[in-house]
Formats: sequence, C-alpha cells, structure tokens
Amino acid sequence: MKDERDLIREDIEAYLAKYQQKELLRFVSVGSVDDGKSTLIGRILYDTGMVFEDQMAAVRAASQTEAPDLALLTDGLKAEREQGITIDVAYRYFATDKRKFIIADTPGHIQYTRNMVTGASTADVALILIDARHGVLEQSRRHAYIASLLGIPHLAVCVNKMDLKDFSEEVYDSISSDFMEFGKTLRFKDIQFFPVSALDGDNVVSNSERTPWYDGPNVLEYLETVPVFADRNFQDFRYPVQYVIRPDLDYRGFAAEIAAGVIKKGDDIVALPSGKPSKVKAIDTWEGELDEAFAGQSVTIRLEDEIDISRGDMIVKPDNLPRVTRRFDAHMVWMHEKPLDTEKAYLVKHTTQTVRAQIDKIYHEIDMHSLEAKPTDGIELNDIAKVRLSCHRALYVDDYHRNRETGAFIVIDSLTNNTVAAGMISLEGAEQNIGEVMKELHAESAMEPKTFVSPTERMERFGQKGATVWLHGVPGSGRWTLAYALERRLFDEGRTATVVIPVGENLRSMISAAKAVTDAGLINICAFPSPTAKDREELAKRIGEDRVIQVYVNTDMELCKERRPDADFSSFEPPENPDITIALDQVRIDKAVEIIMNALKERGQFEDA
Amino acid sequence: MQASEHKLSQLRQLEAESIQIIREAAAEFDNPVMMYSVGKDSSVMLRLAEKAFAPGPLPFPLLHVDTTWKFQDMYRYRDKIEAKLKGELIKHVNQDGVAMGMNPFDYGSKKYTDIMKTDGLKQALTKYEFDCAFGGARRDEEKSRAKERIFSFRDSHHQWDPKNQRPELWNIYNAKIKKGENVRVFPLSNWTELDVWLYVWLEDIEVVPLYFAKERPVVERSGTWILVDDDRMRLEDGEQPIMKKVRFRTLGCYPLSGAVESEADTVPKVIQEMLLNRFSERQGRLIDFDEEGSMEVKKREGYF
Repeated sequence: MKDERDLIREDIEAYLAKYQQKELLRFVSVGSVDDGKSTLIGRILYDTGMVFEDQMAAVRAASQTEAPDLALLTDGLKAEREQGITIDVAYRYFATDKRKFIIADTPGHIQYTRNMVTGASTADVALILIDARHGVLEQSRRHAYIASLLGIPHLAVCVNKMDLKDFSEEVYDSISSDFMEFGKTLRFKDIQFFPVSALDGDNVVSNSERTPWYDGPNVLEYLETVPVFADRNFQDFRYPVQYVIRPDLDYRGFAAEIAAGVIKKGDDIVALPSGKPSKVKAIDTWEGELDEAFAGQSVTIRLEDEIDISRGDMIVKPDNLPRVTRRFDAHMVWMHEKPLDTEKAYLVKHTTQTVRAQIDKIYHEIDMHSLEAKPTDGIELNDIAKVRLSCHRALYVDDYHRNRETGAFIVIDSLTNNTVAAGMISLEGAEQNIGEVMKELHAESAMEPKTFVSPTERMERFGQKGATVWLHGVPGSGRWTLAYALERRLFDEGRTATVVIPVGENLRSMISAAKAVTDAGLINICAFPSPTAKDREELAKRIGEDRVIQVYVNTDMELCKERRPDADFSSFEPPENPDITIALDQVRIDKAVEIIMNALKERGQFEDA
Repeated sequence: MQASEHKLSQLRQLEAESIQIIREAAAEFDNPVMMYSVGKDSSVMLRLAEKAFAPGPLPFPLLHVDTTWKFQDMYRYRDKIEAKLKGELIKHVNQDGVAMGMNPFDYGSKKYTDIMKTDGLKQALTKYEFDCAFGGARRDEEKSRAKERIFSFRDSHHQWDPKNQRPELWNIYNAKIKKGENVRVFPLSNWTELDVWLYVWLEDIEVVPLYFAKERPVVERSGTWILVDDDRMRLEDGEQPIMKKVRFRTLGCYPLSGAVESEADTVPKVIQEMLLNRFSERQGRLIDFDEEGSMEVKKREGYF
C-alpha cells in the first residue's frame, strides 16, 4: 500500500494508467454477528487504507473498547440500527494495487437466505467464516451449499478467532479436513482455507508470525490473485437483444451485453425465434467498429440481411444453440413473505424476455438443516426447492452451471409486481438441432389452457372467497325475499354478491350457473327449488361441499299454504342437516340476514379488513 | 488459452454494466427521463447514455431541476451542453417556491432544499408523467446508500421505503410498476468517486470548471469556504470576501456548497489530492449537517 501512495504522490498519471487496468473481483461475505465477519471486512478495509479519517473518528467515538471496533465500519442503515428491521445486502468497495473489489456483505442466519442468495448471484468468490472454537457448524455447511448452488466458482474459508485457540495447527487442520469432506461434494473450482484472527489481523492482509506452520497466502493475497477472468463462458455465443437502435432507415443495430461467448465480424449467426440465418456485418461501439467482441461487453451488432429482430430475441451461432424450451426444471429460492401459489400464473424474466409461466411441479425442497432433499407441498420465504416451470412462450436457456447469464431467471408476481423468487435452470438430455428448435418454437404454449387466476388471487382482489348460499324451502316461505335482502346487505358491506335467477332453467343448469359464479370468486345467492334430499346432495357435490351454505327457510307450513294455495307442497322433503334454519314467521328479515352474515363470517368467507 | 485476451479492465467492465442498465430501463419503461444535475456524475452518466444508443440519439430527455441558486458556472456549462445535445433538456423550477421567495438564507438549508429540490423534482416527475428517472448516485457516497438497489422503487407519492425494495439478482432488473408509481435507476451504483474521475480523465469529458482550483472570492462559514458567486449572496456583519485558491468536490446550490483550499487545477491533480487526503465526499456539502443519517431521510422524502 505504501508504494502506491508514493506513486500517487510522485507520478499520478502513471498511477492512473495502472489503476485503470485493474481487474474487478466481486465477492460475497457471509456470516452472522458472532463469527467476526464484520470485523474481518472492517479489518480488510482499514488495512488497505480505504477508511476515511472522518469515518475512523466516528468509529473511535462509537467503540466500547479502547481499540477501535472495526466491525462498526460496516454498520448499516439508520432504520436497521434503530429497529433492526431492514436486514439487507450492503455493497462496499475497495481497491488494492492489483484489483478493485466489490463486497456484497450479507447476513448469515437461516432467515436471511434470500439476502445471501442475492449477494451470491454476482459473486466470483464466496468468503465464509468458521469460528475456530466451534468448528464446522450447520450454518457453515449451509453457506457453502448456497454459494455452490448460485454457481460461485471459488470458495474461501476463513477459520477465524485462531487467537482464542493459540493458533493451533491441529485445530486448523481438523476443521479444514472436516469441512473438505463436505466441500468436495459441491461444485466449487477450488476451496482455500485461511487461519485468521480478524480482530488482530493475522493472515488477513499480511502473513502472521503466529502461524509459522501455515505457508499459504493471506486472505487479501488470495483475493488479489485468484484467477476469475476464465470463469466466464467464452464458448457459447449468446446475444439477448436488449434494444433495437434505428436512428434512420439506413441503420439498424441490435444492442446487447454479450451474455456469453465471442463474436467476430463475418461470423454466421441465427436469430431466435425466427430461425433466420445471417452474418455479422459490423460490431459497433461509440468509439468505432470492433473486429471481435466477447462476453461482458455492451455492443451493437448489425447484420448483412434485413431480418426481423426485436427485444427479447436472441442471436446465436448455428453450430452452438441454446436449449429452446417452454418447460424446464430449476432450483428456485423463494424470496417473498407470501408463499408460492401453484395455481396462478407468474411472470418469469429471463435475459431480456418476460413470459407468463406457471410452477406446475415441486419435486422436493432442500432441508436447510441437513441440506438433503425432502418432500414438500408448499414453498415459503427462504425455501429452496427443485421445481418444474411451464412457460407461455419458449425461452432460450442453458444450464445455470454452464452459463450463469442464460441459466438464471427471476419470478415476478403479476398482481403486485414484486420479485418473489430467483431460479437456476438445470438441464439434462441431448442437445437440439435447428430442426428440433424450430419445432419447439412453433409449438403451442406449454401452459395448460386453464385459468391462471388462482382462488387466492381472486380472494385478494375481492376480499372474499367464492360461495353459494342456497335457500331451501317450500313455495311461499319467503326465500326470494330473503335472497334479495341478503344481496343488498352484502353489497352494502362492500362484498361482491349476486342473486342468480332462473330463466326457465332446470335445476341442473341452475347448479352450473351457481358454480360458475362461485368459481369467479363471487357470493352467489340462489333460491331455486331444490325440494329433495337428492337435489341438495347433487348441488353440494357439484359446486363443492365447502363452498355451499345450505339454508332451510322453515317458515310455518300453514302460512305458506295460505300464501300460495295453488302450489305443490307434496314433493318437498325437509332438509335433515341444513347449516342454518330460519323461520321467517318468527324472525324479522333483517335478523335472518344477520344470521346468515354471521355464518359467512365464521366460515372465514371474508378477508379481514 | 484464448480467454486471456478477453479481459476487461474494471473500468470497462463497469462501463459495460452501466450501459446494460441504461438500455434495460430505456426498453422497459414507457416514459423515462435522465436527471441531470450538471455535476461530474451526471456528465459521466450522460456519456454512458450516449454510448448506449450510438449512433442514435438519446431515447429520453434530460431533466434539470433548477433551484435558481446554482453556481453561475453551472448554468453556463449546462447551456453549453444543451447546445450540443442531440435531444431535449427540460429545465424545471418550482414556481411555488419562487413565489414564496424561497432562498437558502432565510429558510435554512433543510426547508429550502425540501421545497426547491425535492418538491421541484416531484413536480416535474408528476407533470411529465415520467415512470423512470435515471440518477447519478453511487453506493460508495454514503453509508445509507450501500444497500440501495440499482432499480429503486418509489410509490405513487415518490416515497422510498427501505422495507419495501425488491431483491435484485444478477443483472436481471424488475421494471414492472403500476400506473403512478416510478423507479429511480442508478447506473453508476457500483462506481466509486475515483472511478468517476478516472473516467472523466480517460474519456476527456468536460466538467464544470468549479471542480478545479482557482482564485475565487469566498467567506468562511461553519468551517468551510462559501463562494460569493453573485450579488444575491448575503454577507453577515463584518464579513469580507477574500480571494482564496479553492475548488469544489461536489456541486449544488452555491450558498450551501463548501469549497476546499486546493492547488489541483487538472483532473489528475484533483484525483491525486483526493487520494492523498481522504475524507468523505459529502463533507463539503452543508445539507448533510442538518441531522445524522440525513441522506436517508431525504431519500424517503423523495429526493433521490
């Protein structure tokens, strides 16, 4: 660090020339309060001279101890400090004379899995801490598992608090080999261990004299040298078109960040979904044309032929196609308080395409304690599960572990617009040729042609569940009067309800109408004659037992006969187990409405206001 | 191994990522605007936007929320940029504030900034129905910004709720909003102050001359130098402007922006000075002294 300072002082332009050539490394640091993560990050920032004098003054003032508490350097939002609510990923920046670093600082507790996943999504290296006093705990294994699942190529394991274990080589060796046992089952390119004391700075940015038995690099040395440029996929050219630049009729350029691979002027390409071939005429940038461009660059491509390409399309090479599919498997991390609803359609954003999709199968969930697959019937916040998705349109995908850019997607709730999940695609099976690709592109939606509005969503919209209140009784009992009174009352309370009236139908078609209205999430009130036990059994079965309230309007028979002398009373079989019985000659109509309203409320028919 | 040739320096990588962000927002939103504060970060952001859509024009206008109390140098520079711009520059002044006679002397920095800057910005966004506003803020500027999203969601009252931000993974940005809501997009999120200056230098981007040291008439207030920029400056009893070689690390409204004594009159010298005496960037801005964590409060109120 000192040499750099001298260079800045003596020859700033030479320093800048050197600085601009630095490589970027992103790493995610994972851990909880106790294992010393904040201290480690604070130590790195402090020892690399990235801490401003005024920040240090504030830290000294706030420290409880005589030595400044470096953990305070990575302190967070005001709201978080005061109430401990917004636990989130914090991004921090520092540079050494070799590299520039972006740290995604994430909490490590199981309830913050979504935060770790967010921080891990862009990281080249995962830095996790193990407390030397406690050895490899469940949480260390979980952190490594998530890092591997998110495709981070390199893992750095800091065995921290070595000062409390007298810098014992034995302790370090036993923890390392214990961890390696598990680590080798994961997908990392390499795993590196460090015996450190974040508090005292041993092996953090300089080699410690207290670990003479350790001849590996210190943490910073490792971060400065671990090779990351080769981690990107330079084999499979993938160009998800972001924007079509068309300033005039003579210029048509397709702008994108190259997701993977390399492209040269004159290369053969094929555009998806049209399947039309062409050649690269030019690779444009603001500075001028390039002969070649590669993964990570934002460029604009022009083609020899005029083919129709728009945002969401993908330009690839004819001899190296992505998987074109409307149905695929993926590991999904649920990130929202509201659990997955398998009956509704979500939006999936993958590269520059957004499509309607449905999660139609949950294979299993990952048990976050044992890290083994376990059966499950639902996915909630912070759950990780293997699922199958079906999309309305084909996506152009790769296996996440082959290409992070085209293997990743997010899931958006189409009602609230929240990002509710993140997914990593896993592909198996043979590669497709262009013929198979075109067949897939011309096929129908993989989503079943059925409603994509789930009962839960309807419930959220209307604040109620669909139901049928069926009023049974003899002619003249006042069923229809009660029906309309109930409808008015429901409407006045802000509910969505209707009385389904017959237009010369029979019972069967009335049941169909009632079912449709109930399915739509409305409260349907019906008083169509259903005189026999069989009738009532049938309507309950077809509409759904738990969606029907059977009300017996048990008005005095003599009174009814008096009111309707010509009607047929003989076929009526009094219901044996109605949900509610009301005699309209004994209670006033508004009281009867009240009774039904209470019954609806008790059943949980309405969402609490 | 071919891959070794395919290496981007960190600055070119940041550039490519910022261009991806700008294109993504321009493609997904109906009516985006780029906030243009006339400062160095805005200048870098503007260059990145030009790169994103070259050889075409910018597909969105620029918006300058003018408090009427900016440095005269900033107005001159802005007008120069406007003349060269292949596109529109909207200038918005909160006329209600002007009618109230709002100024930073009589009303205090908080109230003045709230009305002329925060309310001015909200007015403009509402008036033109912008659903996306690019801003030049960086995460390294302040502790409270370390957790800010690149696509930062605002409700229909332009409010930022730290508890209600969407998770942001990879480079896949969720741009879905309902009518009336809007998103602030920060393409420079991952840039540091040094990166911005380095880019200004490498790309030969012209910035407001106030960033460079020059003899200027100043008075000392609250331990910092305030420029006597025009005849609206109110001098206190016994206060005499003196000539000092000063420059500004950040630019805002002149009565609220503190200058530092400096000899740095070129970009490399500015960087050199910055690296050699490090102190937080916003120290030169008086508005932050009002209350602790104040940037966060401002953000919740809709200023950035």
